[in-house]
Amino acid sequence: MDFITHHPVLVVSLVKIALLLFIVLTALAYLTWFERKLIAHIQSRWGPVEVGAHGLLQPLADGLKFLFKEDLTPPGADQFLYILAPFLALSLGLTTIALIPFGPPDIQVLGQSVFVVANVSIGLMFVFAITSIGVYGVALAGWSSNSKYPLMGGLRSSAQMISYEVALTLSVVGVVLLANTLNFNTMIEGQRGYYWHFIPRWNIVPQIIGFLCYFTSAIAETNRVPFDLPEAETELVAGFHTEYSSFKFAMFFMAEYANMITVSSLATILFLGGWLSPFPDSWTFMRYLPAVGLLLLAAYLIYDTFVLARGIAKIQLIVISFGALAIALGCLHPLVLNIIQGPFWFVTKIGAIMFFYVWMRATLPRFRYDQLMAFGWKFLLPVSLANLVITALIKVWPLLVGHG
Amino acid sequence: MSLPFLVFFVCAGIAVLGALLLILAKEPIHSALALVLVMISLAVLYLLLGAEFIAAVQIIVYAGAIMVLFVFVIMLLNAGSEERTDWSKMAKYAGLPLGIFLLLELGHWMFHSAIGKEIANGSVAASSSVSTVEMSKMLFNQYVFPFEATSVLILIAILGALVLAKRDDQ
Repeated sequence: MDFITHHPVLVVSLVKIALLLFIVLTALAYLTWFERKLIAHIQSRWGPVEVGAHGLLQPLADGLKFLFKEDLTPPGADQFLYILAPFLALSLGLTTIALIPFGPPDIQVLGQSVFVVANVSIGLMFVFAITSIGVYGVALAGWSSNSKYPLMGGLRSSAQMISYEVALTLSVVGVVLLANTLNFNTMIEGQRGYYWHFIPRWNIVPQIIGFLCYFTSAIAETNRVPFDLPEAETELVAGFHTEYSSFKFAMFFMAEYANMITVSSLATILFLGGWLSPFPDSWTFMRYLPAVGLLLLAAYLIYDTFVLARGIAKIQLIVISFGALAIALGCLHPLVLNIIQGPFWFVTKIGAIMFFYVWMRATLPRFRYDQLMAFGWKFLLPVSLANLVITALIKVWPLLVGHG
Repeated sequence: MSLPFLVFFVCAGIAVLGALLLILAKEPIHSALALVLVMISLAVLYLLLGAEFIAAVQIIVYAGAIMVLFVFVIMLLNAGSEERTDWSKMAKYAGLPLGIFLLLELGHWMFHSAIGKEIANGSVAASSSVSTVEMSKMLFNQYVFPFEATSVLILIAILGALVLAKRDDQ
């Protein structure tokens, strides 16, 4: 106890890091479930249904499968870099999440904000710094495998990531100009308020071009469809991670999803008002939305238990539905309701962006490589530059006119 | 020993180690990665001085952009490992003594000059913390001409590269 009161920053930070890691890694696992399920339903299939009710234990089964597979290292591979690459990819992907604020800074324990691990004054720059090193994971994996397909995949990947990083960074500068800061919490606070009392004053309204540019280049940054050239099966087998098996492959897989969470969080913070609620404060009944949502979910699950499910799935569903019911009732307590508002909206917004990600994957075909490069350099870059110049002009216009 | 002091020595040690590795590694890609290590540990040293923005820019520009291009080119050319040669006569008889002389001179000035003494007393480090806003104001008011001149210089370098690459194309 004495130690905690003497080192509140250290202790609270360590607890937050442990909790965040647990939550994020679970979320990563269930994102794969979400993606497979959603794509399946878009394509009129069922997706995972065998393991657990609604295939809910599939991520666990996949994890175990990865653990028990043989871990191969190709002969002639650069041993050190071959092992370093997946570690680099995953650890850098997870580090950025430490900078993301999931809720308002005024909810505190021992004087430390609960919802962010590191509230850095130039948070945005640090996220870009860490993601810019993330290229090494992919490039080194391609090179160290000592095999031709991974090498081509790694080359493509790094070229693509370098190219789209420029457009990504430029598309965000407009928001920085509007916010006058690089700190995430201050940026979110700056988006408080409403146009005509009900449309939230989020940056997506004045910066719609910036948002579209950001979203497009973010998909390319994370190597997702329609920009998943680094792992085009017909040309490159599996791209940079062809030679990786077992848990090293799983690490690349997790890194991809961690990067998706990071870019979605950034989009939420920069353009969609972060943890702010989309509804005006005067609509107090909207505060009960998280509890109501969970209650509806619990109601559906109970219906599912008694009408549709059979066998072991029935027992699992009973446990899950009563768990959801208990949490929903817990959320009705005013204190819990107050704490849960910020994270609820943040996670909802991230979920919406993730939905778009998966929707695109199920809908769009892959680009050709020259099209990809031409699109990045000849369209996205000029458009985001123009957006930046126009934003800057509008911002200094009162100054220019005022002195005339 | 205070925590920043400890971090300084660890990072300075890593930086020197990375620099040595850069010279001694045979594989070009290992050399490039050692240089990345040097850049990142220098960025941590900037952080210790309170220059957050410079630290982030150091990582974004050097480790994240320039060195990625280096690694990219090494991969693209598929450069093999270096062949060791014996030292050239020039390096043996002129380079080595001059290098040692430079090191001695630096050490001498570090301990005997006015600035060196000030740093040793710890009176310089305290005043060096600069916020991003202050820095950008300085960059765009006081130093706006050198800043813009540098960007034009870089533009000229890009144009030069374009001209060289395009020459055979006509």
